[in-house]
Amino acid sequence: MTAFLSSVALLLLAATSVSILLTRNWRWLSIFLAVQYVGVFLLALQHLPLSMATVKVIAGWMGAAILAMTRSNDDKTEERGDLLPQGGFFHLTAAGIVGLIAFTAAPQVDALMGGAGEAVSAGSMLLIGMGLLHLGVTDEPMRVTVGLMTVLAGFEALYAAVENSVLVAALLAVINLGLALSGAYLMTAARLAEELSAEESTEAA
Amino acid sequence: MNAPVIWIIFPAALALLLMLTQNKRLLSLSGGAIAALLAVAAQFVPMEEAFRIGSMSIRIESSLSILGRQLIIQPSEGPLLALLYGAAALWFFGAEASQSAPKFVPLGFLINALMIASIAVEPFLYAALFIEMVVLLSIPLVTSLYSPPGKGVTRFLIYQTLAMPFILLSGWLLAGVEASPGNLTLAAQSATVLGLGFAFLLSIFPLYHWMPMLLEEAPPFAAGFLLWILPTATLVFGAGFMDRYSWLRNSPELTVVLRSAGLLMLATGGVWAAFQNHLGRIMAYGVIAETGFALLSLSLDLRLGIPIFFLLFPARALGLTIWSLALNIIKAHVPSLRYSQVRGALRKFPFAVAGMVLASLSTSGLPLLAGFPPRLALWDSLARASSDAALWVGVGALGLFTASFRMLAVTSMSDEYSGWEVGENWLQAIMLGLGVIGLFILGVFPQTVQYFLAALPSMFEHLGH
Repeated sequence: MTAFLSSVALLLLAATSVSILLTRNWRWLSIFLAVQYVGVFLLALQHLPLSMATVKVIAGWMGAAILAMTRSNDDKTEERGDLLPQGGFFHLTAAGIVGLIAFTAAPQVDALMGGAGEAVSAGSMLLIGMGLLHLGVTDEPMRVTVGLMTVLAGFEALYAAVENSVLVAALLAVINLGLALSGAYLMTAARLAEELSAEESTEAA
Repeated sequence: MNAPVIWIIFPAALALLLMLTQNKRLLSLSGGAIAALLAVAAQFVPMEEAFRIGSMSIRIESSLSILGRQLIIQPSEGPLLALLYGAAALWFFGAEASQSAPKFVPLGFLINALMIASIAVEPFLYAALFIEMVVLLSIPLVTSLYSPPGKGVTRFLIYQTLAMPFILLSGWLLAGVEASPGNLTLAAQSATVLGLGFAFLLSIFPLYHWMPMLLEEAPPFAAGFLLWILPTATLVFGAGFMDRYSWLRNSPELTVVLRSAGLLMLATGGVWAAFQNHLGRIMAYGVIAETGFALLSLSLDLRLGIPIFFLLFPARALGLTIWSLALNIIKAHVPSLRYSQVRGALRKFPFAVAGMVLASLSTSGLPLLAGFPPRLALWDSLARASSDAALWVGVGALGLFTASFRMLAVTSMSDEYSGWEVGENWLQAIMLGLGVIGLFILGVFPQTVQYFLAALPSMFEHLGH
């Protein structure tokens, strides 16, 4: 893959992972997550055949779609779509630090991973770091799921450099989908519990 | 016939079929009976040898190829399968008494099958992927669609998911260490990554705080099942790492790490348990201490440690089944498991409270109960290696005893004139009664399980010989 495509992938990952951290709107969150998997696909393509790299992007898109469809059922807690919501500056600064660490550590990770490529190492570290940052600042089921999917996406891009087994690719795709389904289950549970409690308080009144 | 088909694919397919059944009693009885049958078959049916049933000659092959990789169940792993399916049968029979059968039995079968797949898969480090699937399947098991998911479930999902990348990466790095054993930097890096993976998987201090949270939020029976099967299979998986990599097995640092982690788990689990005011949280700290005992057994001379490691398993399975069933029964009748809400529960649920207290005393290592023989052997061996470590085991055990007696004191405090009732139904009373008898049998006659346990170390090529 050309250096140009590597740069496109890195830019895409940086933009989407920061946007995922900042946005408060679930529609944008799902869209950014889906676009993030295009970046993962471009990175994975450096070490995997097209068919196996495609599995990653399709599994990611399906996961994003599952989360978005589940969230779309919850029309009561509509979020505001501010460009830079409250706490945005803090998130942006933290994302900057994570990005700095990811790009600084990329050469060492590249050496450790037997020549995965600096772009792959930097992109993976960025996704893992941003995913962990996301997990550290939220406990909402949808955001936790997106954070975990981001961490796993980073790991998958890196692991593709050293392991190209079909079984592993299939199991990782199953895990991505399972993660999205678990997130959807937790989101549904939270919504139903809220509806039940609202009904009970109405009946009591 | 093929061993992975019988003990992995068939139970998984059966689990999908059982999801269609709504009859709780049928689910519990059929699930328990089939699990028991699979356990008996694993123990007694020979693999890789032809045998006759009537006029038919049957040979059970040990491997199955899937997508270019293999699932292999070695004949020496039969007793482990018997232990896992035998304990699962206990849980499934208990599911009817705990009134959690509809979700519990099918998901339990799937989880058990995936855990066995994690032990059987080659290359073995792919086990991390199967363990992650178990974690994902556990989410509907420990949450209800009509109660909001708490922080415990979320943290459980996060921590267990983070383990998978570390384990997979460490597997790749360890292969590099084998290729160039002189590369100390690579060895240190791979050991660190491996350690982090297992710290997440086994919830080593301080990564265990989701356990008490989970037991506050989730149904205790389902959470108990999870806290039994996940650490058990993970410990076997971890021992597999030690078996395969000689540099890891022979490293003196590994002994120090395992002993320190085990003592931390045991001492903090025991001491924290003593200060809790919630029955579920105490059980969680008991589970943490149990994992500490298992880690300590792996830190001993492995010829002694591995038999103790396996001796801990039946006591853990039985103790946790009784403890979580008892908590489930009590929780169904009180608003919460806090001490303030369960005061005097002994007079309302005598079987459940007795089961809970005896199971916790077994975890503490009270003589005559199931937990005592392995703990005595462990403490004795540890004291020969390090008296400081033995002292810390004592501190942990003392904490667990304190928690048990506090539970007994709180649940037996009631008004002077309140009478005795039996709040459990007959099935619950029978299940708890049988379980308690089992605790005493394992405690007084530990040799009864030796028949199953004696062959277990042979599943490892180098450990315990």
